[in-house]
Amino acid sequence: MKFGILVNEGPYTHQASDSAYLFTKAAIEDGHEIYRIFFYHDGVNNGTRLATPPQDDRHIPNRWTELAKENEIDLVVCVAAAQRRGMVDPDEMKRNGKDANNLAENFRISGLGQLIEAGIQADRLITFGD
Amino acid sequence: MEEEAQSSGVIKKFLYINRRAPHGTIYAHEALETVLIGAAFEQDVTLAFLDDGVFQLKKNQDTSEIGTKNFSKTYAALEMYDVEKLYVEKESLDQRGMTADDLSVDVKIINADEMKKLINESEVILNF
Repeated sequence: MKFGILVNEGPYTHQASDSAYLFTKAAIEDGHEIYRIFFYHDGVNNGTRLATPPQDDRHIPNRWTELAKENEIDLVVCVAAAQRRGMVDPDEMKRNGKDANNLAENFRISGLGQLIEAGIQADRLITFGD
Repeated sequence: MEEEAQSSGVIKKFLYINRRAPHGTIYAHEALETVLIGAAFEQDVTLAFLDDGVFQLKKNQDTSEIGTKNFSKTYAALEMYDVEKLYVEKESLDQRGMTADDLSVDVKIINADEMKKLINESEVILNF
């Protein structure tokens, strides 16, 4: 089956992004396809490469990056939600005149249309949130 | 930045479920942004309002004292985006002492069983 994944909550505060990660991993191990993972609301914070969690804890953004690298998964951070919350890639940095960027590897920033498209193209769109 | 809407000929039944109060969290506001962008994809779109989500349609909202954006007028503009199917759960209105007269837009009021049916018949459900 082809899954679309929507992550609506930020890392660490809510379990939603852990559940989304574990679901995605299990789905891949079972031979399913992940069409796209879309990060919305505070979920965009899953894409920060500046997170430094304690060493004995999981590193949520790095974990997404590794999963995406190993399985060629499309990780999309919503641009409107990202702009509000200060998630910035090099293009957005230039466009908005910022002095830094913080988007982790293998994530990309794009529009909400990517979420709608995932709904259309995937067999199931699974939401992880509160 | 917004990409071209690519419908690729597939039309699915999208249901946006709004269950949270309009203010206090950003979910209702960002849900509405998704609906507006999604409207460009020419899908079969329905909005459902239940639980505290019915407050999103409350008339005469005023956010000036809390300093947040008053996006409530956008619901009335949805028609211009060809988003015309708005359903409100009767039980949620009753529990909050509200009637259709309290709402800022024309909606269809349905009971919990009909809401269940609507959810079951939908293909892509976005729950905010």
